[in-house]
Amino acid sequence: MEKTGGQLQLSIPPIATKTISTLFTIVITMVGLLFITFIIGRVMPVDPVLAIVGERASQAQYDEAYVSLGLDKPLLVQFLIYLNDVFHGNLGESIRTGMPVFDDIKRFFPATMELATIGTLIGIVVGIPLGVLAAVKRGTWIDQTARFVALIGYSIPVFWIGLVGLLIFYGILGWVGGPGRLDIFYDDVVPTVTGMILIDSLLAGDFEVFSNAFSHIVLPACILGYYSLAYISRMTRSFMLEQLSSEYVTAARVKGLSEARVIWQHAFRNIGVQLITVVALSYAGLLEGSVLTEIIFSWPGIGSYITTSLLSADMAAVLGGTVIVGLVFVCLNVLSDVLYRLLDPRSK
Amino acid sequence: MKHFKISLLAAAAVVSVAAMPSLAATPKNMLVVAQTIDDIISFDPAQSFEFTSNEIDNNIYSFLVAFDPMNLDAGYQPDLASSWDISEDGKTITFHIVEGRKFASGNPITAKDAAYSLQRAIKLNKTPSFILSQFGFTADNVDEKVVATDDYTLQITTDKKYAVSFVLNCLTANIASIVDSKLVMEHEADGDMGNDWLRSNTAGSGAYILKSFKPNESVVLTANDNYYGDKPKLKQVFIRHVAESASQRLLLEKGDVDIARNLSTEDVAAISGTEGLKVQDELRGRLMYWSANQKSEYLSNPKVLEAMKWLTDYEGMANSFLKGQYTVHQTFLPMTYFGAIDDKPYHLDIEKGKALLAEAGYPDGFEINAIVREAQERIDIAQSLQDTWGKAGIKLTLTIGTGAQTLDKYRARVHDIYVGAWGPDYSDPNTNAGTFALNPGNADDSGNTGYLAWRNAWDIPAYSQRTLDAVVENDVDKRKQMYVDLQKDFQKDSPFGIMFQQIEQAGMQANVKNLSLGGAVSSIAFWPVTKD
Repeated sequence: MEKTGGQLQLSIPPIATKTISTLFTIVITMVGLLFITFIIGRVMPVDPVLAIVGERASQAQYDEAYVSLGLDKPLLVQFLIYLNDVFHGNLGESIRTGMPVFDDIKRFFPATMELATIGTLIGIVVGIPLGVLAAVKRGTWIDQTARFVALIGYSIPVFWIGLVGLLIFYGILGWVGGPGRLDIFYDDVVPTVTGMILIDSLLAGDFEVFSNAFSHIVLPACILGYYSLAYISRMTRSFMLEQLSSEYVTAARVKGLSEARVIWQHAFRNIGVQLITVVALSYAGLLEGSVLTEIIFSWPGIGSYITTSLLSADMAAVLGGTVIVGLVFVCLNVLSDVLYRLLDPRSK
Repeated sequence: MKHFKISLLAAAAVVSVAAMPSLAATPKNMLVVAQTIDDIISFDPAQSFEFTSNEIDNNIYSFLVAFDPMNLDAGYQPDLASSWDISEDGKTITFHIVEGRKFASGNPITAKDAAYSLQRAIKLNKTPSFILSQFGFTADNVDEKVVATDDYTLQITTDKKYAVSFVLNCLTANIASIVDSKLVMEHEADGDMGNDWLRSNTAGSGAYILKSFKPNESVVLTANDNYYGDKPKLKQVFIRHVAESASQRLLLEKGDVDIARNLSTEDVAAISGTEGLKVQDELRGRLMYWSANQKSEYLSNPKVLEAMKWLTDYEGMANSFLKGQYTVHQTFLPMTYFGAIDDKPYHLDIEKGKALLAEAGYPDGFEINAIVREAQERIDIAQSLQDTWGKAGIKLTLTIGTGAQTLDKYRARVHDIYVGAWGPDYSDPNTNAGTFALNPGNADDSGNTGYLAWRNAWDIPAYSQRTLDAVVENDVDKRKQMYVDLQKDFQKDSPFGIMFQQIEQAGMQANVKNLSLGGAVSSIAFWPVTKD
């Protein structure tokens, strides 16, 4: 029998259609994001040409740069040219660092990712048990302490806690490394593979570099972890309270199940989906780069890269950075979608 | 941002409670510097016009004539050129290049490299090229105007007779660095004369070579084994990007860096009492000024301008928020420049200011706006002006924007008052006279946006002529007097209220010796530095 078009369509498994539609959504989201950022960048009252040629340039030099940036073309044409470049993997050249934006991001993003990942891990490992405990022991001193810790985390400015942390743990006690990712002696010792020094040093089997990098990352990561912890523990507590007051928990207790089993097997399992959202949001927030932490700790991350680029009208860098941050958000979104499906039988 | 600053101060207060002894030390043969380096765009001397990249280039490239960092007052000295002769018509300078010296690559340094370097700077036509093109060089004629007549003789012919000191001072500017033509041409791509390659590589003959550059992270220099001068004592210079003053101070106090370049007033005050550390003050070339757009009905009145100069609290600002970082200076040539004067005719006198405003016909004052860049010291200065001008009835509103935003408005001449800074571009007095007191044509469409006089619509044929006359005067004493006279008149009737000259305060370990930050005329030199 000849195969017909209809049979062909039927042979596409649902997982493939799902993947294609997800990909389609990602592309549409990214184009929209780029368009908005591009337009904002162009209508912003800052002149990118001046940022390139500087204050002393003559009119002729100014005009030359204006044309070479393509600013003489209509806005929509400029956008389409940019979009075409992006789809060919060319994010343009940063006028501030003089490097291709892609290379810049390749250097700055892993630094942020390393920091954000450890920060989020701290947030999860400490924040979730703390939140559960606070919910279970509601109203006791444990709950109050957890509330206090979280409140401090919300309200103290990160640069203050960063500086004081540096003073105490680096300046006075000397337990951790100072600002920067490594001591200068270890600079360029291990080859760059992932751009994350902790991983690169392990790959190279150089434990001295690893421990030096660790001593530098531990303080900023703990500070970011603290902020993440404050958020995650508060959210965990309120999710848990909701579960603990529901009838099925009472029923389980009446049935005589142990308290630990009630809490972890029943109540906690049911807040999994919500927690994933909270953790993903918190992680994505840190992956955008924490500008002030990066400044205090001289951490060459994506946050300060985008911010300084924005202030100096370096639109190629801002757009490139936005694409990456946007992609990260979208990917985390897709990832948490997948995790929902695994955790929640109903969504199948 | 305000909250940010307050909290920083709070943190600084906590920090200052605990004075710490220096513990660790950097390696003996290495100099480690904490500095803000995020302004670097390119190390190509034909293009670099940013503070940090010019500083680094100064340690990598040689010049025909250059400053001795240990004796800046002596002015330019022979460097690659051992001597020079002037032709009878005064238009041609013949340089004799020292034989037998090598670039870092091992290639010999010849007059052909020198000619290539200057021709290249003109042909690439990047922003700093005006420093050389003002002598009449264009992409079309430079091959005839700058010629290597043999391997060790270079002839430069200017379009007219200039003061020799003017030409030679311009040849000490970064754009006149001599590059290794052979090496550069090996890396040419698409006719760019190696511009792309030189962005993050170097081809010089100075004391150091660029070993690595990571934007926003670090610059590493290593000693040039082929250097013809005294070998640098410190084999490596490691410059680490540290944006925050408090972080720089912690690194310095811990002994993890030898020099901290961007310390705030509070942090300088705190370390000056610390054992094992010291602070070096040097006058730099940067000036702080306000200027008044002459398109404004109020501001074009000379009495009003004079009143505003009397209504400025110079001492008050210099002794409070600018303490240690700026000193009062009221004219366009920074101190230590040839022809600079230290006259300070103005001080805060509210009554005098009021009387002058009344004479001008504005006894009740008027309302104007100032554009200010979002930088703390500039905002503080603008607020002080707002306060003291306000006491005589001039109601000043402030519009604060990013550097690019304010510059846009300034160049479009749509401001009333601009509060800003100006740094000289090369070591000759014409660098500032040629912008503050020269306006080649005041029309809106004349494209003279580079001239400060034009930006403030100050139409000054007489001043312009005097400025142009000063660059062709070859009698040194006469030339000096011309600048003195020019500045004295300028102080009286220009629409510029020049207020301060910058002092750089670098914090360092006590064992760091022989460091020159370059004063007002030059840049930092690492090669004489020692650590005992």
